[in-house]
Amino acid sequence: MEDRIVIIGAGHAGVQLAASLREAGHRGPLTLISQESALPYQRPPLSKDFVAAYADAEPLALRPEDFYRGVDLVSGARAESIDRAARVIRLDDGTLLGYDRLVFATGARNRPLPCEGGELQGVLGLRTLQDAQSLQRRLNEARRVVVIGAGFIGLEFAAAARARGLEVTVLEFAQRPLGRAASEPLSSWFLQAHSDNGIDLRCGEGVRRIRQTGSGLEVDSAAGSYPADLVVYGIGVQPNSDLAEDCGLACENGILVDEALQTSDPRIFAIGDCASFPLAGKRVRLESVQNANDQARTLAHTLTGVPQAYAELPWFWSAQGEHRLQIAGLSTTGDEPVILGAPQTGKFSIALFREGMLVAVESVNKPADHIAARKLLGSGAPVTAAMVQASASLKDLLRNSPIPA
Amino acid sequence: MPTIIFEQPDGAVTEVKVDEGGNIMRAAVSNGISGIIGECGGQAMCATCHVYVDPQAASGLPPVGEDEDEMLDCAAAERTEFSRLGCQVKLGGAVQRLRVNVPSDQV
Repeated sequence: MEDRIVIIGAGHAGVQLAASLREAGHRGPLTLISQESALPYQRPPLSKDFVAAYADAEPLALRPEDFYRGVDLVSGARAESIDRAARVIRLDDGTLLGYDRLVFATGARNRPLPCEGGELQGVLGLRTLQDAQSLQRRLNEARRVVVIGAGFIGLEFAAAARARGLEVTVLEFAQRPLGRAASEPLSSWFLQAHSDNGIDLRCGEGVRRIRQTGSGLEVDSAAGSYPADLVVYGIGVQPNSDLAEDCGLACENGILVDEALQTSDPRIFAIGDCASFPLAGKRVRLESVQNANDQARTLAHTLTGVPQAYAELPWFWSAQGEHRLQIAGLSTTGDEPVILGAPQTGKFSIALFREGMLVAVESVNKPADHIAARKLLGSGAPVTAAMVQASASLKDLLRNSPIPA
Repeated sequence: MPTIIFEQPDGAVTEVKVDEGGNIMRAAVSNGISGIIGECGGQAMCATCHVYVDPQAASGLPPVGEDEDEMLDCAAAERTEFSRLGCQVKLGGAVQRLRVNVPSDQV
Protein backbone atom coordinates (compact mmCIF):
# COMPACT_ATOMS: atom_id res chain seq x y z
CA MET A 1 0.00 0.00 0.00
CA GLU A 2 1.72 3.18 -1.18
CA ASP A 3 -1.26 5.55 -0.85
CA ARG A 4 -0.54 9.00 0.52
CA ILE A 5 -2.59 9.28 3.71
CA VAL A 6 -3.09 12.62 5.44
CA ILE A 7 -4.66 12.88 8.91
CA ILE A 8 -5.92 16.27 10.07
CA GLY A 9 -5.74 16.44 13.86
CA ALA A 10 -3.21 14.92 16.26
CA GLY A 11 -5.35 14.12 19.27
CA HIS A 12 -6.02 10.60 20.48
CA ALA A 13 -7.78 9.57 17.27
CA GLY A 14 -5.23 10.97 14.83
CA VAL A 15 -2.16 9.65 16.62
CA GLN A 16 -3.70 6.21 17.22
CA LEU A 17 -4.61 6.01 13.54
CA ALA A 18 -1.04 6.86 12.51
CA ALA A 19 0.29 4.18 14.86
CA SER A 20 -2.25 1.56 13.78
CA LEU A 21 -1.62 2.28 10.10
CA ARG A 22 2.10 1.63 10.50
CA GLU A 23 1.37 -1.51 12.56
CA ALA A 24 -1.02 -2.72 9.86
CA GLY A 25 1.71 -2.34 7.26
CA HIS A 26 0.92 0.95 5.56
CA ARG A 27 4.23 1.89 3.92
CA GLY A 28 3.20 4.95 1.95
CA PRO A 29 3.64 8.57 3.05
CA LEU A 30 1.73 9.38 6.23
CA THR A 31 1.22 12.97 7.35
CA LEU A 32 -0.29 14.13 10.63
CA ILE A 33 -1.32 17.78 10.85
CA SER A 34 -1.39 19.25 14.35
CA GLN A 35 -2.68 22.68 15.22
CA GLU A 36 -0.76 22.68 18.48
CA SER A 37 2.98 22.92 18.79
CA ALA A 38 3.42 20.50 21.71
CA LEU A 39 4.20 16.87 21.02
CA PRO A 40 0.74 15.20 20.81
CA TYR A 41 -0.37 14.40 24.37
CA GLN A 42 -2.98 12.61 26.44
CA ARG A 43 -5.96 14.78 27.23
CA PRO A 44 -7.81 12.98 30.08
CA PRO A 45 -5.27 13.80 32.82
CA LEU A 46 -5.55 17.54 32.06
CA SER A 47 -8.77 18.00 34.02
CA LYS A 48 -7.68 15.62 36.78
CA ASP A 49 -4.10 14.97 37.98
CA PHE A 50 -2.66 17.77 35.91
CA VAL A 51 -4.63 20.62 37.49
CA ALA A 52 -4.40 18.96 40.90
CA ALA A 53 -0.60 19.27 40.85
CA TYR A 54 0.94 22.27 42.59
CA ALA A 55 4.15 22.35 40.62
CA ASP A 56 4.33 22.42 36.85
CA ALA A 57 3.08 19.03 35.74
CA GLU A 58 4.49 17.23 32.73
CA PRO A 59 2.03 16.27 30.03
CA LEU A 60 2.03 12.63 29.04
CA ALA A 61 2.98 12.29 25.38
CA LEU A 62 0.81 9.91 23.35
CA ARG A 63 3.93 8.58 21.63
CA PRO A 64 7.63 9.30 22.15
CA GLU A 65 9.34 11.79 19.87
CA ASP A 66 11.02 9.14 17.73
CA PHE A 67 7.63 7.72 16.73
CA TYR A 68 7.37 10.72 14.41
CA ARG A 69 10.41 9.58 12.46
CA GLY A 70 8.04 7.22 10.68
CA VAL A 71 5.21 9.75 10.46
CA ASP A 72 5.47 13.24 9.06
CA LEU A 73 4.16 15.41 11.91
CA VAL A 74 3.37 18.95 10.76
CA SER A 75 3.02 20.95 14.01
CA GLY A 76 1.51 24.35 14.62
CA ALA A 77 -0.30 24.18 11.29
CA ARG A 78 -3.93 24.54 10.36
CA ALA A 79 -5.55 23.00 7.31
CA GLU A 80 -7.32 25.89 5.63
CA SER A 81 -9.06 24.44 2.63
CA ILE A 82 -9.45 21.24 0.69
CA ASP A 83 -9.76 20.83 -3.06
CA ARG A 84 -11.44 17.44 -3.31
CA ALA A 85 -11.28 17.25 -7.11
CA ALA A 86 -7.51 17.84 -7.13
CA ARG A 87 -7.09 15.97 -3.79
CA VAL A 88 -5.03 18.76 -2.29
CA ILE A 89 -5.06 20.34 1.17
CA ARG A 90 -3.89 23.89 1.65
CA LEU A 91 -2.30 24.77 5.00
CA ASP A 92 -2.40 28.23 6.59
CA ASP A 93 1.22 28.91 5.60
CA GLY A 94 0.36 28.22 1.96
CA THR A 95 1.83 24.70 1.83
CA LEU A 96 -0.06 22.33 -0.50
CA LEU A 97 -0.36 18.69 0.51
CA GLY A 98 -1.64 16.03 -1.88
CA TYR A 99 -3.52 12.97 -0.61
CA ASP A 100 -4.98 9.71 -1.82
CA ARG A 101 -6.89 9.18 1.42
CA LEU A 102 -7.77 11.93 3.87
CA VAL A 103 -8.93 11.50 7.46
CA PHE A 104 -10.59 14.10 9.62
CA ALA A 105 -9.62 13.62 13.27
CA THR A 106 -10.28 17.26 14.04
CA GLY A 107 -11.99 16.70 17.39
CA ALA A 108 -14.15 19.31 19.04
CA ARG A 109 -13.76 22.71 20.61
CA ASN A 110 -15.29 24.24 23.71
CA ARG A 111 -18.64 25.86 23.30
CA PRO A 112 -17.97 29.51 24.16
CA LEU A 113 -19.74 31.13 27.09
CA PRO A 114 -22.71 32.92 25.61
CA CYS A 115 -22.99 35.50 28.38
CA GLU A 116 -21.51 38.93 28.83
CA GLY A 117 -18.00 38.87 30.32
CA GLY A 118 -17.03 35.51 28.85
CA GLU A 119 -13.93 37.10 27.34
CA LEU A 120 -12.60 38.62 30.59
CA GLN A 121 -9.14 37.79 31.93
CA GLY A 122 -9.43 34.94 34.39
CA VAL A 123 -12.36 33.28 32.60
CA LEU A 124 -11.04 30.08 31.08
CA GLY A 125 -12.09 26.92 29.33
CA LEU A 126 -10.26 23.60 29.65
CA ARG A 127 -9.50 21.57 26.58
CA THR A 128 -5.87 21.91 25.51
CA LEU A 129 -2.55 21.56 27.26
CA GLN A 130 -2.18 25.32 27.05
CA ASP A 131 -5.55 25.75 28.80
CA ALA A 132 -4.50 23.34 31.54
CA GLN A 133 -1.12 25.00 32.03
CA SER A 134 -2.63 28.42 32.33
CA LEU A 135 -5.30 27.13 34.75
CA GLN A 136 -2.75 25.33 36.83
CA ARG A 137 -0.71 28.51 37.22
CA ARG A 138 -3.73 30.58 38.13
CA LEU A 139 -4.87 28.02 40.70
CA ASN A 140 -1.72 28.73 42.68
CA GLU A 141 -2.94 32.30 43.23
CA ALA A 142 -6.67 31.67 43.50
CA ARG A 143 -8.77 31.28 46.62
CA ARG A 144 -12.29 31.24 45.21
CA VAL A 145 -13.23 29.46 42.00
CA VAL A 146 -16.54 29.49 40.17
CA VAL A 147 -17.14 26.65 37.71
CA ILE A 148 -19.81 27.13 35.07
CA GLY A 149 -21.35 23.85 33.96
CA ALA A 150 -21.66 20.61 35.98
CA GLY A 151 -20.66 18.23 33.21
CA PHE A 152 -17.73 15.83 33.41
CA ILE A 153 -15.01 18.41 32.81
CA GLY A 154 -16.55 20.99 35.13
CA LEU A 155 -16.97 18.54 37.99
CA GLU A 156 -13.56 16.94 37.51
CA PHE A 157 -11.99 20.36 37.65
CA ALA A 158 -14.15 21.40 40.61
CA ALA A 159 -13.07 18.33 42.58
CA ALA A 160 -9.41 18.93 41.75
CA ALA A 161 -9.67 22.59 42.84
CA ARG A 162 -11.48 21.58 46.03
CA ALA A 163 -8.74 19.05 46.80
CA ARG A 164 -6.36 22.01 46.83
CA GLY A 165 -8.47 23.61 49.54
CA LEU A 166 -10.10 26.27 47.38
CA GLU A 167 -13.65 27.53 47.80
CA VAL A 168 -15.53 26.10 44.84
CA THR A 169 -18.97 27.04 43.55
CA VAL A 170 -20.46 25.21 40.55
CA LEU A 171 -23.34 26.79 38.66
CA GLU A 172 -25.40 24.52 36.42
CA PHE A 173 -28.15 25.74 34.14
CA ALA A 174 -29.98 22.36 34.09
CA GLN A 175 -31.86 20.83 37.01
CA ARG A 176 -29.19 18.21 37.73
CA PRO A 177 -25.45 17.66 37.25
CA LEU A 178 -24.15 15.43 34.43
CA GLY A 179 -27.62 15.65 32.93
CA ARG A 180 -26.51 15.07 29.35
CA ALA A 181 -24.80 11.74 29.95
CA ALA A 182 -25.89 10.22 33.25
CA SER A 183 -29.04 8.68 34.69
CA GLU A 184 -31.05 10.59 37.25
CA PRO A 185 -29.96 8.46 40.27
CA LEU A 186 -26.32 8.91 39.27
CA SER A 187 -26.75 12.68 39.05
CA SER A 188 -28.32 12.74 42.52
CA TRP A 189 -25.50 10.69 44.00
CA PHE A 190 -22.82 12.96 42.57
CA LEU A 191 -24.71 16.08 43.65
CA GLN A 192 -24.62 14.76 47.22
CA ALA A 193 -21.01 13.54 47.01
CA HIS A 194 -19.68 16.85 45.73
CA SER A 195 -21.77 18.79 48.26
CA ASP A 196 -20.45 16.56 51.08
CA ASN A 197 -16.98 17.37 49.83
CA GLY A 198 -17.66 21.05 50.41
CA ILE A 199 -18.40 22.10 46.83
CA ASP A 200 -21.33 24.50 46.53
CA LEU A 201 -23.07 22.84 43.58
CA ARG A 202 -26.13 24.80 42.44
CA CYS A 203 -28.46 23.46 39.78
CA GLY A 204 -31.12 25.35 37.86
CA GLU A 205 -28.89 28.40 38.05
CA GLY A 206 -27.75 29.74 34.69
CA VAL A 207 -25.13 32.47 34.47
CA ARG A 208 -26.28 35.91 33.33
CA ARG A 209 -22.98 37.73 33.17
CA ILE A 210 -19.47 37.95 34.56
CA ARG A 211 -18.18 41.27 35.81
CA GLN A 212 -14.74 42.60 36.59
CA THR A 213 -14.67 44.09 40.09
CA GLY A 214 -11.91 45.86 41.97
CA SER A 215 -10.69 42.68 43.61
CA GLY A 216 -11.43 40.11 40.92
CA LEU A 217 -14.45 38.71 39.13
CA GLU A 218 -18.09 38.43 40.03
CA VAL A 219 -20.42 35.88 38.44
CA ASP A 220 -24.10 36.83 38.39
CA SER A 221 -26.88 34.27 38.12
CA ALA A 222 -30.62 34.80 38.42
CA ALA A 223 -30.35 33.83 42.09
CA GLY A 224 -27.21 35.53 43.29
CA SER A 225 -23.68 36.82 42.81
CA TYR A 226 -20.52 34.86 43.35
CA PRO A 227 -17.11 36.47 43.73
CA ALA A 228 -14.24 34.58 42.12
CA ASP A 229 -10.52 34.82 41.48
CA LEU A 230 -10.91 32.36 38.63
CA VAL A 231 -13.88 31.26 36.50
CA VAL A 232 -13.73 28.00 34.59
CA TYR A 233 -16.42 26.96 32.15
CA GLY A 234 -17.26 23.57 30.70
CA ILE A 235 -20.58 23.83 28.93
CA GLY A 236 -20.08 21.28 26.20
CA VAL A 237 -18.27 21.20 22.90
CA GLN A 238 -18.90 21.67 19.21
CA PRO A 239 -17.47 19.30 16.62
CA ASN A 240 -14.75 20.77 14.41
CA SER A 241 -16.53 20.17 11.14
CA ASP A 242 -16.21 23.61 9.50
CA LEU A 243 -13.43 22.58 7.13
CA ALA A 244 -15.40 19.49 6.09
CA GLU A 245 -18.50 21.60 5.51
CA ASP A 246 -16.52 24.14 3.50
CA CYS A 247 -15.39 21.47 1.07
CA GLY A 248 -18.93 20.16 0.66
CA LEU A 249 -18.94 17.04 2.85
CA ALA A 250 -22.25 16.13 4.46
CA CYS A 251 -22.32 17.32 8.07
CA GLU A 252 -24.93 17.44 10.80
CA ASN A 253 -23.75 17.65 14.41
CA GLY A 254 -20.38 16.46 13.15
CA ILE A 255 -19.07 14.99 9.93
CA LEU A 256 -21.46 12.30 8.71
CA VAL A 257 -19.85 8.91 8.15
CA ASP A 258 -21.18 5.43 7.44
CA GLU A 259 -20.36 2.29 9.41
CA ALA A 260 -17.00 2.11 7.62
CA LEU A 261 -16.30 5.67 8.93
CA GLN A 262 -16.36 6.97 5.37
CA THR A 263 -17.76 10.44 4.60
CA SER A 264 -19.85 11.33 1.57
CA ASP A 265 -16.55 11.34 -0.38
CA PRO A 266 -15.17 7.77 -0.67
CA ARG A 267 -11.59 9.04 -0.30
CA ILE A 268 -12.31 10.89 2.92
CA PHE A 269 -13.01 9.49 6.41
CA ALA A 270 -13.72 10.93 9.86
CA ILE A 271 -13.03 9.51 13.34
CA GLY A 272 -13.27 10.55 16.99
CA ASP A 273 -15.14 13.52 18.47
CA CYS A 274 -15.79 15.14 15.07
CA ALA A 275 -17.56 12.12 13.50
CA SER A 276 -21.28 11.39 13.55
CA PHE A 277 -21.68 7.67 12.93
CA PRO A 278 -24.44 5.05 12.95
CA LEU A 279 -24.63 2.88 16.06
CA ALA A 280 -27.41 0.41 16.81
CA GLY A 281 -29.80 2.10 14.40
CA LYS A 282 -29.14 5.64 15.61
CA ARG A 283 -26.71 8.39 14.71
CA VAL A 284 -24.29 9.29 17.50
CA ARG A 285 -21.27 11.47 18.02
CA LEU A 286 -19.19 10.47 21.03
CA GLU A 287 -16.60 12.46 22.93
CA SER A 288 -14.38 9.84 24.47
CA VAL A 289 -10.91 8.37 24.31
CA GLN A 290 -12.33 4.89 23.79
CA ASN A 291 -14.29 6.00 20.74
CA ALA A 292 -11.30 7.87 19.30
CA ASN A 293 -8.93 4.94 19.72
CA ASP A 294 -11.31 2.20 18.63
CA GLN A 295 -12.43 4.09 15.53
CA ALA A 296 -8.79 4.71 14.66
CA ARG A 297 -7.97 0.99 14.98
CA THR A 298 -10.98 0.02 12.88
CA LEU A 299 -10.20 2.55 10.16
CA ALA A 300 -6.55 1.44 9.99
CA HIS A 301 -7.78 -1.98 8.86
CA THR A 302 -10.04 -0.48 6.22
CA LEU A 303 -7.30 1.78 4.87
CA THR A 304 -4.88 -1.12 4.58
CA GLY A 305 -7.24 -3.24 2.54
CA VAL A 306 -9.23 -5.15 5.17
CA PRO A 307 -12.56 -3.26 5.32
CA GLN A 308 -14.17 -3.23 8.75
CA ALA A 309 -17.42 -1.83 10.08
CA TYR A 310 -17.23 0.06 13.37
CA ALA A 311 -19.38 -1.53 16.07
CA GLU A 312 -17.47 -1.26 19.36
CA LEU A 313 -19.32 -0.90 22.64
CA PRO A 314 -18.91 2.66 23.94
CA TRP A 315 -17.33 3.02 27.35
CA PHE A 316 -16.22 5.98 29.33
CA TRP A 317 -14.64 7.03 32.59
CA SER A 318 -14.41 10.08 34.80
CA ALA A 319 -12.37 10.63 37.95
CA GLN A 320 -14.09 13.15 40.20
CA GLY A 321 -11.93 13.69 43.22
CA GLU A 322 -11.87 10.43 45.13
CA HIS A 323 -14.68 8.94 43.09
CA ARG A 324 -14.27 6.83 40.00
CA LEU A 325 -17.13 6.69 37.55
CA GLN A 326 -17.13 4.19 34.70
CA ILE A 327 -19.89 3.81 32.14
CA ALA A 328 -20.41 0.93 29.71
CA GLY A 329 -22.95 1.30 26.89
CA LEU A 330 -25.08 4.30 26.01
CA SER A 331 -28.18 5.28 27.92
CA THR A 332 -30.81 7.85 27.03
CA THR A 333 -33.55 9.62 28.93
CA GLY A 334 -36.33 7.23 29.79
CA ASP A 335 -34.18 4.15 30.36
CA GLU A 336 -35.25 2.29 33.50
CA PRO A 337 -32.62 2.39 36.29
CA VAL A 338 -32.04 -0.51 38.66
CA ILE A 339 -29.59 0.13 41.49
CA LEU A 340 -27.10 -2.63 42.21
CA GLY A 341 -25.44 -2.50 45.62
CA ALA A 342 -25.76 0.22 48.25
CA PRO A 343 -25.12 3.81 47.11
CA GLN A 344 -24.53 4.92 50.71
CA THR A 345 -21.39 2.75 50.82
CA GLY A 346 -19.98 4.72 47.90
CA LYS A 347 -19.58 1.57 45.81
CA PHE A 348 -22.48 0.69 43.53
CA SER A 349 -23.75 0.51 39.98
CA ILE A 350 -26.85 1.57 38.12
CA ALA A 351 -28.04 -0.82 35.43
CA LEU A 352 -30.18 0.83 32.75
CA PHE A 353 -32.85 -1.03 30.82
CA ARG A 354 -34.72 -0.18 27.66
CA GLU A 355 -37.74 -2.29 26.82
CA GLY A 356 -36.59 -4.72 29.48
CA MET A 357 -33.08 -5.19 28.06
CA LEU A 358 -29.81 -4.01 29.57
CA VAL A 359 -28.36 -1.10 27.55
CA ALA A 360 -25.85 0.53 29.89
CA VAL A 361 -24.25 0.27 33.31
CA GLU A 362 -22.91 3.18 35.34
CA SER A 363 -20.46 2.14 38.05
CA VAL A 364 -19.22 4.25 40.93
CA ASN A 365 -16.05 2.97 42.60
CA LYS A 366 -16.96 -0.49 41.34
CA PRO A 367 -14.63 -1.51 38.51
CA ALA A 368 -15.65 -5.19 38.74
CA ASP A 369 -19.21 -4.28 37.72
CA HIS A 370 -17.91 -2.12 34.90
CA ILE A 371 -15.72 -4.85 33.49
CA ALA A 372 -18.51 -7.41 33.67
CA ALA A 373 -20.90 -4.93 32.05
CA ARG A 374 -18.50 -4.32 29.18
CA LYS A 375 -18.28 -8.02 28.52
CA LEU A 376 -22.02 -8.62 28.86
CA LEU A 377 -23.00 -5.66 26.66
CA GLY A 378 -20.16 -6.21 24.22
CA SER A 379 -21.25 -9.77 23.58
CA GLY A 380 -24.57 -8.57 22.22
CA ALA A 381 -26.40 -11.32 24.15
CA PRO A 382 -29.73 -10.11 25.57
CA VAL A 383 -29.64 -9.43 29.32
CA THR A 384 -32.97 -8.85 31.04
CA ALA A 385 -33.73 -7.08 34.30
CA ALA A 386 -34.85 -10.42 35.77
CA MET A 387 -31.48 -11.97 34.94
CA VAL A 388 -29.63 -9.09 36.61
CA GLN A 389 -31.84 -9.13 39.70
CA ALA A 390 -31.50 -12.91 40.09
CA SER A 391 -27.70 -12.66 40.18
CA ALA A 392 -25.57 -11.71 43.17
CA SER A 393 -23.49 -9.45 40.93
CA LEU A 394 -22.87 -8.66 37.28
CA LYS A 395 -19.68 -10.67 37.58
CA ASP A 396 -21.71 -13.69 38.72
CA LEU A 397 -24.16 -13.19 35.89
CA LEU A 398 -21.26 -13.12 33.45
CA ARG A 399 -19.71 -16.22 35.00
CA ASN A 400 -22.99 -18.14 34.79
CA SER A 401 -23.86 -17.02 31.30
CA PRO A 402 -22.81 -18.72 28.09
CA ILE A 403 -20.88 -15.56 27.09
CA PRO A 404 -17.16 -16.21 26.83
CA ALA A 405 -15.59 -14.18 29.65
CA MET B 1 18.07 6.56 38.43
CA PRO B 2 15.79 3.52 38.68
CA THR B 3 15.82 1.14 35.73
CA ILE B 4 13.07 -0.99 34.20
CA ILE B 5 13.86 -3.91 31.94
CA PHE B 6 11.00 -4.72 29.57
CA GLU B 7 10.91 -8.16 28.03
CA GLN B 8 8.62 -8.74 25.03
CA PRO B 9 6.84 -12.06 24.33
CA ASP B 10 9.44 -12.73 21.60
CA GLY B 11 12.28 -12.31 24.08
CA ALA B 12 13.40 -8.85 22.94
CA VAL B 13 14.65 -6.81 25.89
CA THR B 14 14.72 -3.01 26.36
CA GLU B 15 16.17 -1.21 29.35
CA VAL B 16 14.87 2.24 30.27
CA LYS B 17 15.70 4.73 33.01
CA VAL B 18 12.88 6.35 34.97
CA ASP B 19 12.68 9.25 37.37
CA GLU B 20 12.49 8.49 41.06
CA GLY B 21 8.77 7.90 41.68
CA GLY B 22 7.98 7.29 38.00
CA ASN B 23 5.65 4.43 37.12
CA ILE B 24 6.01 1.54 34.69
CA MET B 25 3.27 2.69 32.29
CA ARG B 26 4.67 6.18 31.91
CA ALA B 27 8.17 4.86 31.37
CA ALA B 28 6.91 2.45 28.72
CA VAL B 29 4.77 4.98 26.85
CA SER B 30 7.47 7.68 26.94
CA ASN B 31 10.01 5.26 25.56
CA GLY B 32 7.79 3.67 22.92
CA ILE B 33 7.83 0.19 24.46
CA SER B 34 5.45 -1.77 22.30
CA GLY B 35 2.64 -3.74 23.93
CA ILE B 36 1.95 -1.20 26.70
CA ILE B 37 -0.78 1.27 25.82
CA GLY B 38 -1.91 3.25 28.87
CA GLU B 39 -5.09 4.36 27.18
CA CYS B 40 -6.55 6.14 30.23
CA GLY B 41 -3.38 8.07 31.02
CA GLY B 42 -2.65 6.29 34.29
CA GLN B 43 -5.91 6.23 36.22
CA ALA B 44 -6.35 2.45 36.54
CA MET B 45 -9.43 2.73 34.34
CA CYS B 46 -8.52 0.76 31.23
CA ALA B 47 -6.17 -2.14 32.06
CA THR B 48 -4.08 -1.62 28.91
CA CYS B 49 -0.78 -1.32 30.79
CA HIS B 50 -0.88 -4.85 32.19
CA VAL B 51 2.57 -6.34 32.91
CA TYR B 52 3.97 -9.39 34.67
CA VAL B 53 6.54 -8.33 37.25
CA ASP B 54 9.59 -10.39 38.05
CA PRO B 55 8.41 -13.01 40.60
CA GLN B 56 11.44 -12.35 42.78
CA ALA B 57 10.70 -8.64 42.96
CA ALA B 58 6.92 -8.93 43.30
CA SER B 59 6.85 -9.15 47.09
CA GLY B 60 8.97 -6.02 47.43
CA LEU B 61 6.38 -3.90 45.58
CA PRO B 62 3.44 -2.15 47.22
CA PRO B 63 0.43 -4.50 47.27
CA VAL B 64 -2.21 -4.54 44.54
CA GLY B 65 -4.88 -1.95 45.33
CA GLU B 66 -8.58 -2.71 45.33
CA ASP B 67 -9.30 -0.88 42.07
CA GLU B 68 -6.23 -2.31 40.43
CA ASP B 69 -7.28 -5.79 41.51
CA GLU B 70 -10.73 -5.43 39.93
CA MET B 71 -9.35 -3.91 36.74
CA LEU B 72 -6.74 -6.65 36.34
CA ASP B 73 -9.61 -9.11 36.00
CA CYS B 74 -10.39 -7.51 32.68
CA ALA B 75 -6.90 -7.44 31.22
CA ALA B 76 -6.81 -8.91 27.72
CA ALA B 77 -4.01 -11.37 28.49
CA GLU B 78 -4.18 -14.02 31.21
CA ARG B 79 -3.88 -12.73 34.76
CA THR B 80 -1.29 -14.39 36.99
CA GLU B 81 -0.18 -13.74 40.57
CA PHE B 82 2.52 -11.47 39.11
CA SER B 83 0.10 -9.33 37.10
CA ARG B 84 0.14 -5.60 37.82
CA LEU B 85 -1.15 -2.46 36.15
CA GLY B 86 1.96 -0.59 35.08
CA CYS B 87 0.42 2.77 36.03
CA GLN B 88 0.09 1.68 39.66
CA VAL B 89 3.66 0.49 40.21
CA LYS B 90 6.16 3.23 41.01
CA LEU B 91 9.91 2.83 40.92
CA GLY B 92 12.25 4.34 43.44
CA GLY B 93 13.19 3.90 47.08
CA ALA B 94 14.09 0.27 47.58
CA VAL B 95 12.97 -0.63 44.06
CA GLN B 96 15.80 0.56 41.85
CA ARG B 97 15.76 -2.15 39.24
CA LEU B 98 12.73 -4.09 38.02
CA ARG B 99 12.27 -6.62 35.27
CA VAL B 100 8.80 -6.93 33.74
CA ASN B 101 7.34 -9.09 31.02
CA VAL B 102 5.00 -7.49 28.50
CA PRO B 103 1.92 -9.63 27.76
CA SER B 104 0.92 -10.65 24.26
CA ASP B 105 -2.29 -8.57 24.22
CA GLN B 106 -3.66 -5.40 25.81
CA VAL B 107 -6.94 -4.79 23.96
